[in-house]
Amino acid sequence: MKYLKQFGIIMIIAFTGELLNMFVPLPVSASVYGIIILFLCLNFRIVKVSDVKETSRFLIEIMPLMFVPAAVGLIEMWDVIKISWMPYLVITVVSTVAVMTVSGHITQFLCRKKKSGEADS
Amino acid sequence: MKTLFENAVYSGIMISFVSYGLGTVLKKRFKSALFNPVLISVTLIIAFLTVFDISYESYSRGAEYISFMLTPATICLAVPMYEQFELLKKNFRAVMTGIASGVITSLLCILLMAVLFSLDHASYVTFLPKSVTTAIGMGISEELGGTVPLTVGIIIITGVLGNMFSEIICRIMRIKDPVAKGIAIGSASHVIGTSKAMEMGETEGAMSSLSTVVSGLVTVAGAAVFAGFL
Repeated sequence: MKYLKQFGIIMIIAFTGELLNMFVPLPVSASVYGIIILFLCLNFRIVKVSDVKETSRFLIEIMPLMFVPAAVGLIEMWDVIKISWMPYLVITVVSTVAVMTVSGHITQFLCRKKKSGEADS
Repeated sequence: MKTLFENAVYSGIMISFVSYGLGTVLKKRFKSALFNPVLISVTLIIAFLTVFDISYESYSRGAEYISFMLTPATICLAVPMYEQFELLKKNFRAVMTGIASGVITSLLCILLMAVLFSLDHASYVTFLPKSVTTAIGMGISEELGGTVPLTVGIIIITGVLGNMFSEIICRIMRIKDPVAKGIAIGSASHVIGTSKAMEMGETEGAMSSLSTVVSGLVTVAGAAVFAGFL
């Protein structure tokens, strides 16, 4: 019964997210609405962590696998990509590294500043 | 073999699971970033489909049911986020500033390189949502007039890059703080990167989940603004 309940809760939230996605005119996906709903439910004790724990751990663990079919779908796109794959690859790699470096360093700098500020006071 | 594969409904699901499983075994065995389960799985499946001359359609007929679980799985990211909420509150300003800077860097970087490679408007907006999670990225690309399937492809490649190299990039760039690592990985490489952050630790995973969500939302607004620049 445990998994039935856990899956049930997650599916209800997924469905609610989908409804919001259909009726709210914003380009926000059902999954993002879902994250926000589940977070609020946990925060206001409507859902306990133990009500979704095992199922969420399982789903998160196999999540990368869920991208495999779409990634295989890239072979269908090859005719479009092959004309200018070089700039595409450069843009993708450079911006990924840049974002990681900038956001990581800014967060690290501010976290450390806060820590040393706390130590001083 | 070909007809057998095409007639069976579970063939696509099976080779996805088996090849991904093989990928995780290889990764454990060799502990190298190159042995990334997603990459191995995709390569094996493409090789398999090519060798036996099986169309993508007949593979995806079964395999699409795997992607079907992506929304419920993404929703579950709220759990680690909730469990690390105290840490988030403590570092709220640092975290939010970090995420915002990541979104701006991403958009600015793409604008600069789009100018450099003289991309047209449609290709430019196709790239704009590349660092956010697929579902949001598709929406942005469609809204701005990009090529949606190409956006999906770029988003997945970005995620796999983050998943493979985030550990190395963090080490080279000396990002050591677990909160900062999580924010960096989530902002740059969304959900696929987050699964790597989860392996690195609870804090990294939770912060990465959080930045996936927040940067996705901020990018919706940011990309609309940046679309006007080229």
